[in-house]
Amino acid sequence: MANGGTGKLGARILIAEDEPNIVELLTFVLQRAGCEIRSVSDGEAAIAEIRRDPPDVLLLDLMLPRKDGYEVLKAVRGSATHAALPVVMLTAKGQEKDRKVAESLGVDVFITKPFSNQEVVDSVLKLART
Amino acid sequence: MLTADVVVTIALCYVGLLFLLAFLSDRWSRRGNNWIRNSPLLYTLSISVYCTSWTFYGAVGSAARNGLEFITIYLGPTLVFLGWWYLLRKLVRIGHVNRISSIADLISSRYGKSNTLAVIVTLIAVIGTTPYIALQLKAVTTSFEVVSGGRGDLLGNLSGDGTGFDAALWVAVGMALFTILFGTRNLDANEQHPGVVAAIAFEALVKLLALLLVGLYVVFSFGGLENLFSEEMSKRLLERENVFGSRWAVLTFLSATAIICLPREFQVTVVENARESHLRTAGWLFPAYLLLICLFVLPIAAAGLTRLPEGANPDMFVLTVPMAGNQEMLALFAFIGGFSSATSMVIVACIALSIMISNHIVMPVVLRLRWLGLYDSGDLKTLVLFSRRFSILLILFLGLLYYRLSAQTEALAAMGLIAFAGVAQFLPSLLAGLYWRQATARGAKLGLIAGVLLWAYTLLLPSLAEDGTFFADTIAHGLFGLEMLRPEALFGLTGFDPLVHAIVWSLTANTALLIAGSLFSEMAPLERLQSALFVDAFRNAPGDESRALVRSAAIDDLRLLSRRILGSDKADRLFLDFAQRQGRDDGVPVADNAFITHLERQIGGNVGAASARVMISEVVSGETISFDEIIRMVDETQQVIEYSQALEANSRTLHQTAAQLRQANQRLMRLDNEKDDFLSQVSHELRTPMTSIRSFAEALLKADEMPAAQAKRFMGIIHDESLRLTSLLDDILDLSHLESGEVRWQVEHLDPESAVTNAIAACEGLATETGVVITCTPSAAGPVVEGNRDRLSQILINLISNAIKYNDSPDPRVHVACEVHSDGWQVHVRDNGPGAGDVEPDQLFSKFARGWRQIAKGRSGTGLGLAISAEIARRHGGELALTETSDNGSCFTLTLPLAP
Repeated sequence: MANGGTGKLGARILIAEDEPNIVELLTFVLQRAGCEIRSVSDGEAAIAEIRRDPPDVLLLDLMLPRKDGYEVLKAVRGSATHAALPVVMLTAKGQEKDRKVAESLGVDVFITKPFSNQEVVDSVLKLART
Repeated sequence: MLTADVVVTIALCYVGLLFLLAFLSDRWSRRGNNWIRNSPLLYTLSISVYCTSWTFYGAVGSAARNGLEFITIYLGPTLVFLGWWYLLRKLVRIGHVNRISSIADLISSRYGKSNTLAVIVTLIAVIGTTPYIALQLKAVTTSFEVVSGGRGDLLGNLSGDGTGFDAALWVAVGMALFTILFGTRNLDANEQHPGVVAAIAFEALVKLLALLLVGLYVVFSFGGLENLFSEEMSKRLLERENVFGSRWAVLTFLSATAIICLPREFQVTVVENARESHLRTAGWLFPAYLLLICLFVLPIAAAGLTRLPEGANPDMFVLTVPMAGNQEMLALFAFIGGFSSATSMVIVACIALSIMISNHIVMPVVLRLRWLGLYDSGDLKTLVLFSRRFSILLILFLGLLYYRLSAQTEALAAMGLIAFAGVAQFLPSLLAGLYWRQATARGAKLGLIAGVLLWAYTLLLPSLAEDGTFFADTIAHGLFGLEMLRPEALFGLTGFDPLVHAIVWSLTANTALLIAGSLFSEMAPLERLQSALFVDAFRNAPGDESRALVRSAAIDDLRLLSRRILGSDKADRLFLDFAQRQGRDDGVPVADNAFITHLERQIGGNVGAASARVMISEVVSGETISFDEIIRMVDETQQVIEYSQALEANSRTLHQTAAQLRQANQRLMRLDNEKDDFLSQVSHELRTPMTSIRSFAEALLKADEMPAAQAKRFMGIIHDESLRLTSLLDDILDLSHLESGEVRWQVEHLDPESAVTNAIAACEGLATETGVVITCTPSAAGPVVEGNRDRLSQILINLISNAIKYNDSPDPRVHVACEVHSDGWQVHVRDNGPGAGDVEPDQLFSKFARGWRQIAKGRSGTGLGLAISAEIARRHGGELALTETSDNGSCFTLTLPLAP
């Protein structure tokens, strides 16, 4: 949905990712799709940011310093206020067992690196609309 | 006139009856019906196998020729059974206790279980018995010809053309079949054959009845004894010069010996004996049987001499006298009686000899031939049966052969006595074995061999030479023409009957050598024990007061036993200690209860109390288990102990091996997990730059309008990430080569500080770029290490560049300090960065551990640098370690050994 016209304009996305290049890339493509972007580079910061100002969609890397993606996801799903927060998980760990763990923890979309920009954008926008 | 067909048919029916009887008896006894074994009557009747066809026909013949002389043949056994039954009882007792299987076994057992002795006895028995079997075959064929009127005539003279051989062959085949069927049916531990015993007993009745009937017929047909014995006849039969002379005495002696020493007699009297008490019945019943057997010998002889024409064969009077009176049925019955005597002798002799040949000759040879694999195959029972059957066939073949070779001579008739004289050679060894404690195996061997050689020379040789074909010169003029060596007048001893002459010489030499050999030879321990067991056969009952002698013998056995179990040193010490305790000066303890109990306990420590008790009690009282068996038990126990020790050792080894394998397995599993982790990490590390490359490229492709600067920046990222990918792959390959030990590098003596200088120079650019100040303090010592310059530089570049890259201090500095230390040469790379934090040092040097990546300025690290550096240091015999870490910085130290 590159035009981005339909859903809420300016879906607010939080990117939790420690690779600066990836953050830059995701910011670039999602801004072009009309999203409003914030980013953090570790798990603890992600949880703090969600608590402070919950986004519409969380774009979460699995291998994060301090707290990894699983722990962040667990914290989100376990919280009283934003348990329903849509989460897209990105990981360079491409193994099936990782996907299983993530799904059992309640991830909405699980995307393996390297990914197609379009796939990420579509998933984020779809989740932002609901 | 009886035709040959009728006689053959009757004989075959009779044989069939014997087979049936033996078969039924065997079956009864196998079903647990022991009446055969329990019957003293059957036992006594079976002893009468002594009366062969030689006595059946020959006694009358002998009476007709030599008058009363035939009595001696019955007198000897009668005297033994009436007067010397004590000897028989001892033989039977020993036979039971020691499970004796033959006379060869008895003599060899007594003399320390010497197999040589057993072989000697067996050979003598075979030599002595073969002609005897031939004699039986001849009697059967001759009597057959006489009674069937085929080739003989009323004179009972042999046609002598040898055609009787066919009949003899068939008789032999029949006997072989019977003996194999009922004599080797199974292997009883005690070698008893109820079927055979029953058949023999039946035959004993038949021959007795036949002889009695002929006798009664003679008496009645002549109208009483008075008519039969005219004055002239009485004179002729009863008044012979040599009655009660030396020959008479020798014959009585020989027949008395034969009832003990003949292999077949030994078989029925001792081996087949089921109960000692049966001897008591036999003691009077057997002499009674003999009395009945010889009751009508003289009347029949008188009748034959009176009624039959001059020149009639007296040996066939039993048949020809009834035939002359046209009593064909009686003659036929007499024939069956003679047939019975012959067959029963052949059967029992075959069984007895086959046991001896098989046990003492065939089996030892077969078992020694290891290459046959028979000993290891384990199926010894079949082997023994086969060997018995083979032996039976062999014996009958020898008998037939002898018969064939000598059928035309008159030598056969004398063979009975010659055989008696042969087996009489057993007597000295046998009697000495039973009554003389000091008799030794060497003495027995010397005596037996000397006796048999003399017997063969003085009796067998002349008998073979009778028809003048062989040895005639030797007989007439002595060996080598020496008159002194004339077989029938050895050393000038003349004027005696040849039989007396032979017996005197052979038995004298036999006995003398036995005594001399025994006195001049030492007894082996086993021999001593066996001697005690045999001589004191009746004294070994527990609690018997007369054990003093046994005890003195037992002390040596106890010593032997203890040595086998405890070892010589310990056993001897134990004996000596106990002797002192008993206050004995000679160092030999008295085998009293205290000592035996003490010893038993000592032995029990080695073999267990139960076994020790059995062994000790067996050595002390010698009741049922032979000393051999005990020694074997000890050896087996020893083997079991050794075996179990070996097993324990094995299981220890296995345990260790298992532990090592477990460790190895754990290490492999850890390595496997590490490999999985490594692959997973490699995959992760590769995916990260690939993600950047792919996604930026996609963004560039998709974006319609993009500022040129941004596009250029994106392309720069793609370029950098490509380089990162390349260096990552390089590092992975490098590390994997290092770890597998495949990397070989040039090693040289070098100054490590030159590598430090190189490394600092290489990092200068990066330092300038990031504003880091590098300082260096070299050591003054000018150290030399053994190593590869490039690899050492690689470590240092890695350390210094890390110190630069991860340094977020506002005033970033890196200091490199070298020193020579007792451990070797050291270089410290110290920075004032953030430190390693809470990262474990172990993890720090593992692959892809980037301790503080989140605060790193650059992203060019692969995460493998420290792992590679540590591996290179290890390969140089050195060590790389994180020696300091705090919020104010960290310090890595590389230590290398100095070159010698």
